[in-house]
Order: sequence, then structure tokens, then C-alpha cells
Amino acid sequence: MNARLLQTIARHPLLWPIVTLLLLFTLDVVHRHDFLAITVLDGHLFGAPIDILNRAAPLVVVSLGMTLVIATRGIDISVGTVVAIAGATAAVLLADDPNRLGLALAAALGVGLLAGAWNGLLAAFVGMQPIIATLILMVAGRGVAQLLTGGQIIPIGARGYLRLGDGFIAMVPCAVWIALIVVVVTSLLVNRTALGLLVRAIGVNPVAARLVGLRSSAIVFGVYVFCGLTAAIAGILASSNVRSADGNNAGLLLELDAILAVTLGGTSLAGGRFSLIGTVLGALIIQTLTYTTYSIGVPPEATLVVKAIVVLVVSVIQSARARELLAQLATRLAASASSTRARTEVQ
Amino acid sequence: MTGPLVLETLGLTKSFPGVHALSNVDFRLFAGEVHTLMGQNGAGKSTLINVLTGVHAHDAGEIRVDGRSVRFSAPLEAEAAGIRTLYQEVNLCPNLSVAENIFAGRQPRRRGAIDWKAIHAGAREAIAQLNLSLDVTQSLDTYPIAVQQMVAIARAVSVDARVLILDEPTSSLDDSEVAKLFEVLTKLKQSGIAILFVTHFLEQTYAISDRITVMRNGKREGEYLAKDLPVDELVRKMVGEVPVSAERRRSPSAADAASAAAAGRASPRFDMRGIGRRGAVQPIDLTLESGRIVGLAGLLGSGRTETARLLFGADRADTGTITVDDVPVKLGSPRHAVKHGIGYCPEDRKKEGIVAALSIRENIVLALQAKMGWWRPLGRAKEKRIAEHYVKALGIRARDIEQPIELLSGGNQQKVVLARWLAIDPKMLILDEPTRGIDVAAKFEIMDRVMQLCAKGLGILLISSEIGEVLRVSDRIAVLRDRRKVAELSGDALDEHEVYRLIAGGQA
Repeated sequence: MNARLLQTIARHPLLWPIVTLLLLFTLDVVHRHDFLAITVLDGHLFGAPIDILNRAAPLVVVSLGMTLVIATRGIDISVGTVVAIAGATAAVLLADDPNRLGLALAAALGVGLLAGAWNGLLAAFVGMQPIIATLILMVAGRGVAQLLTGGQIIPIGARGYLRLGDGFIAMVPCAVWIALIVVVVTSLLVNRTALGLLVRAIGVNPVAARLVGLRSSAIVFGVYVFCGLTAAIAGILASSNVRSADGNNAGLLLELDAILAVTLGGTSLAGGRFSLIGTVLGALIIQTLTYTTYSIGVPPEATLVVKAIVVLVVSVIQSARARELLAQLATRLAASASSTRARTEVQ
Repeated sequence: MTGPLVLETLGLTKSFPGVHALSNVDFRLFAGEVHTLMGQNGAGKSTLINVLTGVHAHDAGEIRVDGRSVRFSAPLEAEAAGIRTLYQEVNLCPNLSVAENIFAGRQPRRRGAIDWKAIHAGAREAIAQLNLSLDVTQSLDTYPIAVQQMVAIARAVSVDARVLILDEPTSSLDDSEVAKLFEVLTKLKQSGIAILFVTHFLEQTYAISDRITVMRNGKREGEYLAKDLPVDELVRKMVGEVPVSAERRRSPSAADAASAAAAGRASPRFDMRGIGRRGAVQPIDLTLESGRIVGLAGLLGSGRTETARLLFGADRADTGTITVDDVPVKLGSPRHAVKHGIGYCPEDRKKEGIVAALSIRENIVLALQAKMGWWRPLGRAKEKRIAEHYVKALGIRARDIEQPIELLSGGNQQKVVLARWLAIDPKMLILDEPTRGIDVAAKFEIMDRVMQLCAKGLGILLISSEIGEVLRVSDRIAVLRDRRKVAELSGDALDEHEVYRLIAGGQA
């Protein structure tokens, strides 16, 4: 292997997310040899990987919105609350009349857009610090969700709504399809329009971005609206999955998992360069980690500690300094390999 | 009055992957002298300084301090040897007091607690040594940049300094501040400190230097006593060839102008009438038209940049109107200005111009893409075509168009920012200090391009601290003083002494 290739790999931003995920998979396979086995049962795909994808779907969706917000140097800590509000909105409407599926979905998504617009207004136009701007909704929004549900857990019985969480299309869970659609749409939005370039420019140098005539505020506003929408989609998936809406606990601390997924995927919290694929991998790492700690029998009270340790290790490895060291190591290895080869040839 | 040899390098060599940044450099620095390091960008000045201050370790050769061979592997080691450095930007904490800044990291303690009395007394003494008087308890950001720099010097020399290295300390100072700085340096020099000075300004070099070392292409070209080296000789040694013709640009004659007008090229005409903003600039009248270069002359803080920002909509004017070909327009934001074909290359290239982590290609297409809107992407192929076109047309030197712009030299970064605006096919370009911090050859190259563009009908508003540059290329010059336009000169009135007289406070 030549030095340049090795160096490119060592410096590739997706190296560590991929390695981490593979390591977790390896651990699972060692523990349970049929971990990767996917079987067809009743015309559906079954197996641990499918289960992980299915459960990771809400996190994947909300993390994509978070990625764009973070790329503009912002942050949205209200997404967990928006998940709860969106779920509650749909549940309340369906409780009145289980046949109003379209209305319930539209209302839930609309609430997400509204929440995003509120955040965007404060962060982009009023000029508040994003963490403060979204903290307002994070706290107040829980109250809204509780008002909607009347402080109760509202069960959801509407068949159509529940299919989103437990149904299958072409053997694959609906939630996975929905996550996939959001991934594809987001990536088209970013790569097939100029949004990716403009968002990165704003994230790297907001002053220069304004001075080239960019409508930075409008773009930042739009990004928060999009993030609100992804949170609402996640809220629908989550409430459908547990067949109820819980104003208190739905989406609790999801914002932190989403931020974690974004950073694990190699996007810097300082804004600028971002990676949607990295974020998807980050979300899958988090879900796989949860799955793994349960399956290898880490006691439930210790799972958070294990999770923290893994996150710490991955974060340290991903730091600029560690990656530079690794790249140097790769160069040295390649150099010594080629000199050994040269020596053998001489002999 | 030259003292003993303090710092010496012998055959100093340093390479980076693919570049010989320094090869075999001998350099001497004597106590009680100001020694200026001159050279174009990429000549190896920064690398030499980085090696002397322990930022980089050298590959071969020797560094001697007081005759003893040393090797610095970290900036702290160089500092311990008495080598203190001031970088271009002031590296202090603006929110801390002057005294805290001077003593940060080495606060005197008394019974475990910080001894504030000693800090304040020590700081007052350090400041007084530089013939300054400041309230050392005030936070640093209440003072202008020039004073902050003095504080940085006070910090650097307050304990056992042998050598003071100043890397372009004057680039953000106006003339009177430079004079004050030089006073301080002279005092330090007399106290026996060896001063190594890096600058791009020729006049300053002669105003302060005892000795000059010229670097070219990573090698030492030579070491001279300043009084023995005429300025044209110095430029020739730096550039290594006869510099590009510095002849004055001929304004288009009346006949040319008439034919241009007939061909419809004198349009558009931008008229600023009474444009002003409280605290920034007094209401000002200024007319810019196609094919003309208007220079803005004045000291730092005279309202030059402020005027440019009002025209570009970067700041909002409280008074006045702007018309384009006699039609009133509202330029409330850069976006509006861009729509009317105005481009702006800002003074602070790093902070306001380049988007550091993005590639050359992305930086070049940014203004055009912003103008088109996010839903109408140029597409990769077209972006590539545009970027490659301008890299070639402006002679941007880079490995390829995907290289991050932050890796380019200042001159090439400036060309990329220029390319960014040319890509939107502008009617009017505002150039704020387009050649600051750029080496001599690139300066001429950039100004030559600007003149070519102007000949093709682009209108230019040029701001530059170098009066010579403004005089050389401008059709008209507006002189600003104390945030007010004091005169507008054209034709035969464009005279160096006249401009200096007006800037200095003479009556129009």
C-alpha cells in the first residue's frame, strides 16, 4: 500500500465513525455469532441489524436537522421538546377521531415547522445566542406538551398511525424507510442546490458571508425551520413506536444524543464543514452501543457509564491532535515498509 | 554603539514537505541595534523567525545565543533564553486589565494569594520604562490598538529580555502611532536590547534600522548597514530583478472619455450625496464612474473604510442618497449593493474577505452563487470552469483549485477575493487596502490588473495607506481627514506634496 493512500485513509473524516461502528459490530458478533444474521419471517426482515436501524430511525432523522444547524455555528437544544409536542399534537387529534390521520400528521409536522420558525426567528433575526434561543423552547415547550396531553400519557390506537412505527413496506420497517427518505431528501437539498456551500461559508466566516451579499439570516432561519421539521418527524416515529404520547418523557435528552451523533460523525461544533453521512453513522453508533451494552449483559445501571467511556474514547481519537499523530504514524509505517521492500529487492 | 553579538545562526536550514523554506542561512543580531529583515512573501522571513522563537525546530545548522549553541523545541525555551516575540496581531486578553496582561502567567504571590499591589506597581514601572503613562487597572480593550501593542512590548521586555522580535508590528498603526512605537524601540535599543524587526514598509525600514538583512527564496541575499544601502538597491535585492514599471498611469484623455461616453461606457455613474453615518463619517459627496479610478487618501481612522462600507451597504447610512445614473437606489445591505453591481474587497482580508477553510473554487464562486440564490446552483462543472478561468487570468499561484484558500500567500488570497467579484461581472469595485501585507512584486501585479479592468470600463474606488500607490493610479483623489472629506484633487492638482499637506491638516 503506498504512503499517500494510507495517509488519505488516516486523515479521512469518516475513518473513525466507520471503525467505531465496525468494532461494535465485531464485539456483537463475538458475543453472539448470529448477530449479523437477517431472516425473513412473515414476509418481514428480522434480525439485530434491522432492529438497530429501526430503533435508530428517530435519532437519525433529528440528527440530520441538527447537523445543518451546527454547521451554521448554531445549536438547537429544543429538539427533544419538539419531539414531545409533535407526538402530543398528533395523539390529541387522533384521540378525538382516529380517522383523521392526514390532519394529525399535517398538524404534527406543522407544529415542528412553527417551533423551528420560532427558534430561527430568535437565533437569526433577533440575534440571540442559539443555545439561549432554543433553551427557551426546550423549557417552555415541555409545558406546552404537558398542556396538550393534560399531564397524562395519551394512548394512540389509530391503525394507520401505528403502522409508521411497527409496519413494514417491502419487508423493511416503515421507520427505516422514512429515515432513508429524510437522508436522501436532506442530501439532495444540500448537494443538488447551493445550500451546502452557502451553509459552510456562513459557518466558517459569517462576516465574509454577509459581505459577499449572502442572505445569511434567511438561510440560518431556514436551517432552524428544517431542524424543527426533522424533530417533528422524529416525534411522529417515536410516539407511533410506543403507541402513546407522553408530554413529560417523550424525546427527553434526545437533543444531547443528536448533538453527540453529529460530533461522532466528525462535524465540528465550531461550524463550517459538515458530513451528513458522518451524522448517520454517528446515530447508528449510539444505537448500536445501546444495543450492545444490553446484549452483552452490562447491568442496566452501568450502561450510561459504558456509553460515556466509549464516547470519550471516540471523541479523543477524533480530535485534531490525535488524527495528526495517526497520519504521521501512517506515513512512517509506509516509509519503513517501502524501505524494507527496497532492501529485499536489493538482496 | 553596537554592542556584542547576541544571536547568531550558522547555516540554518529548514524544509517543509516539498519546500526548502530556509537554506544555509547565516544571520547576526547585535545588542543595541535595530536589525530589519526584508524580503518578499515566501522569502523565508517567517520561517527564520519561527525557528528563532522555537515554533519550528531547524533541520540543520546552528543557533547561538551569546556564543553558546542552543536548540529550541518550544516557544517557552526561546523565551527562557530571553528571546521575546510580538506577532502581527496583539496576542493579549482584551478583557483583562493592562497590569494583568503584563503579568499574566507569572503573577507575584504573597502567602498563596495574588499580590495585586506588586502587580500594579510592577506594571506601572514597566509602562513608565517605555515613556508611557497609562492607568494600568483599566481593561486593555479601552485602549487603541497602538497602545495595546505597547503593552505587549512592556510584557515582552519586562523580565530579562535580550532580543525583541517584532513581526510586522506597524501594519495596523497610523503614522503618529508608528512614530510613537519607534520612540519606544529606540529607547529599548539604547538599553541594550537587540531588536529584530520585520516589515513591508520601506520608509519605516529606513526610519528605524541600523542594519538590514535581505532574504530571497529561503536564502540570505546579504547583510547591509542601512546607511550604506540605497532604497532602489534594496528593492532590487528583494525582488531579484528590475521591479515592474512604477510609472504613473495616464488618465484617459478627454477624447478617450468622450468616445467612451459615446459607446455608452461612462455609465453607470454612482453618486453619493451627503452620505454619512453618525460616529463613522460626516456627510460626504463622491462620484464614481465607469472606467475611472477614484482614490481615497487619509490616515487610518480618517473615515476611508467607513465611507466604503456605507457605499457597499455593509453599514447603513443615516443621511444622504445614492443614485445610479441619476436614479435613486437604496443600498441597505451588501446584497442590495451586489445587485447594483458593486463589489467590495475588505481591508481585513482574513476576517472579512476569505472563507478560510473553503477551497479556492468555493471562494471564487461564492459571490456569484450568493447572487443567484441557493436554489439555482452553478453546478460543479461550471464552478470548476469559472475558478480555473480566474486562476489563470489573475495568475493565482496554487497547487490546484481544491486547495483551501488559507494555505495561499496573502497576495494570492487577495487575487482570489478579486476573482470572486470579477465573477459577478461588476460595474464598480471597492478595493480597501488591496495590497496590504503583500510583497512588492505581487503589489504591482495586482495594481496592473486593476488598471486593466478599469480600462475595460470597470469603476474603481481605491483605498490605500500608500499615498504613492493612490497617486500612481487614480484619476481623482478624495482626501479625508477626521471623518470628513476635505478636498478632491484631479488632473494637475494630483501632487504628492499637496496630498500630504491636506492629510496633515492644510487648507484646501
